[in-house]
Amino acid sequence: MNKSRREFVKKGAVAGAITAAGVSAWLKDQGIKEAGEKVKLLSQDGQLIEVDKAFLKLHAQANSEILAKNTMGREGIPGRKFVMVVDLSKCNNARKCVTACQKMHYLPEDKEWLNVKLMKDNEQSAPYWFPKMCFHCDNPPCVKVCPVDATFKRADGLVLIDNQRCIGCKFCMAACPYSTRVFNWDEPDLSQEVKDLPYSPETSVPSQHGTVEKCDFCPDMVRKGKLPDCVTACPNGVFYFGDEIEDAVTNGDETVRLSELLRDRAGYRFMEDLGTKPRVYYLPPTGRMFPVERGFKDLTEEQKERYKDVNLD
Amino acid sequence: MNFKETTQNLLKELAPTIEKFTWKDWLWTISLSLVILWGMYALYLQIARGHEVTGMRDNVVWGLYVANFIFFIGISYAGAIISGILHLMNLEWRKPIIRIAELITVIATIIGPLYILLCMGRLDRLHYLFIYPRLQSPITWDVIAILTYLVGSVIFLYLTLIRDFSILSTQQLNIGLKRKRIYRFLSLGFKNTSEQKVLLKVSTNIMAIIIIPIAIVVHSVLSWIFGMTLRPGWHSTIFGPYFVLAAVYSGTGVMILAMYFFRRLYGLQRYITKKHFVYLGYIMIMLGAGYGYFTFSEYLTDWYSSEKWNTELIDKLFNWQEYGGLFFFANVAGILLPFIVIGIPKLRTIESITLVSALMVLAMWVKRYLIVVPTLETTLIPMQETRPEYIHYTATWLEWALTFAGIAAFILMFKLASKFIPIIPIWETSESIKKKTSAIDTNVDLKSVTHA
Repeated sequence: MNKSRREFVKKGAVAGAITAAGVSAWLKDQGIKEAGEKVKLLSQDGQLIEVDKAFLKLHAQANSEILAKNTMGREGIPGRKFVMVVDLSKCNNARKCVTACQKMHYLPEDKEWLNVKLMKDNEQSAPYWFPKMCFHCDNPPCVKVCPVDATFKRADGLVLIDNQRCIGCKFCMAACPYSTRVFNWDEPDLSQEVKDLPYSPETSVPSQHGTVEKCDFCPDMVRKGKLPDCVTACPNGVFYFGDEIEDAVTNGDETVRLSELLRDRAGYRFMEDLGTKPRVYYLPPTGRMFPVERGFKDLTEEQKERYKDVNLD
Repeated sequence: MNFKETTQNLLKELAPTIEKFTWKDWLWTISLSLVILWGMYALYLQIARGHEVTGMRDNVVWGLYVANFIFFIGISYAGAIISGILHLMNLEWRKPIIRIAELITVIATIIGPLYILLCMGRLDRLHYLFIYPRLQSPITWDVIAILTYLVGSVIFLYLTLIRDFSILSTQQLNIGLKRKRIYRFLSLGFKNTSEQKVLLKVSTNIMAIIIIPIAIVVHSVLSWIFGMTLRPGWHSTIFGPYFVLAAVYSGTGVMILAMYFFRRLYGLQRYITKKHFVYLGYIMIMLGAGYGYFTFSEYLTDWYSSEKWNTELIDKLFNWQEYGGLFFFANVAGILLPFIVIGIPKLRTIESITLVSALMVLAMWVKRYLIVVPTLETTLIPMQETRPEYIHYTATWLEWALTFAGIAAFILMFKLASKFIPIIPIWETSESIKKKTSAIDTNVDLKSVTHA
């Protein structure tokens, strides 16, 4: 053992003792008793660590407090590049994604961060259902124009909005070519409980009067190891959510390689020619699971009215 | 007639407007204030209830307010370019009208940006523009450019006022000691020494030069708020120069209108003459030709290349059920009419030039509306929307109230300014008449020259 190594070990041991003593003293301060039972955990950088069970709870609590802080929502989850794939051959406008999203973000019925369009590219081609959310572009026209850094691009690929920063100039809405963003034209109708929720750009809750909001890819769910609600709510497994770096996406039922899926099914990005570089890929509506008419089945009259201009023949 | 005499004459004529606040002035002030109050009530409602009370919704996120913003910044060009360029070209005939031009600039630059504030969902966070600025955003460019422009215009106006302040503080005027003291303070101790004259001349020239590029930057940056987006009708490389030209053009129109009103109101027929209307008319149709050329080029290329969304937009502009009427008016009254009326000598009178200017200014306002609204109604992804207010923008009475309040505030500020400072620059006009009489040895009687 050379000197420096010995030094290092010694220092490490001292530091470890200090930390251990510190943690238990701190736990005592907080009025938490060590459970004595240790749990093995995998840390973020891939190391196996042992933690007291009592500390686990505390950490969960601390985590939500950190989440509530704005700064963390701006940085992104390290080592991830989120991506979504939408399989157009499976969509029958069941609208479960829309309602799940609204429920999760406490949105009123007429506010859709995610909606389903009925597309018909030209006279000859067949109409198809087209779920449209925020594309979280890698070259986002909305972020470019924001004068106060209220909407930003994170390292993990997400484009989020900080509604505590937004001045409501709506320039981002004019700049977004996909009409993704919505505005709170009046005071949102929220219960006191929702209003009191700690705000984070990751949860986008609660909505705020006079600010812009949109689909956020639910990074708060991802942090909990869950899929965004639109993905799990879809009865047909239309949405695949995942990580470009891992090269894997899942719709909850099956997990597939992103590169293979895009290659085999000829995945494309919507309006690629605009140069916005979306993070959402579409799989063309070939070999459809449903006739397009199925999408009208459970719609209200108002919802049917939306699609009246599309020629179904 | 010598310099002193002209100064005395001019003072005599302008004195009543500066000395007394007549019942007519009160009538103007009160009625304009009522319009402004009506706007304030609308503003109160908008703040209390939110932007829900406006016609703006998720697709058409901007409306009348942004059109007004472009319009007011546009007419502010009257002073910057007209008096700036005319000053540098050293044209004598400009002198009686420069004050009007510079006042238009300053007042319009104060009112224009207020409309952007009306568009903001969170007025309480206005200071974020300064504490969290992002240089990438065209809005930040705008904030910097417009503030610089405002400061520059105020300095330019002030520099041309110093001599008049010194005249006002020393001459026999029935205005009370307090106001005289204010004038003396504002004249910065100007006593017409040769050193002071040189200093003032040099600084005015420098400001006249500086204000021109600043003005061009202001409207270019403003156009880029639209030009930098990926929207049909906005995403155009000529938008910078197109906006600049449209701005000077509309500025000239407002200039003629202001000249007409002050001429009538204060009986300035001897100083503001037909020549001024005709010359400005010439400048106007020259600018109109350029503006018309840009307009034609813009729509021709969009129509000919027939890209999907551009075609959709142009179909709306040429459709009588949609924007056809407004588009027709914007181009006929905004381009063609001034040409016919000012171009044909027989039709060229003070009244006809003023009338076409009024129509042109209105047409230019409509043009701004047509830039903002139809594009926002043309989304790249089909709207598939059933709420009519989300599909089609219709301004509510509140937005109109605030629009008229802005116009009223413009006129009121103009009116009040004319009660405090001479609307015709006394010193410069006197000097130009002195020059004329000494240079050309004819009996240039003011009356005979000016009564056209």
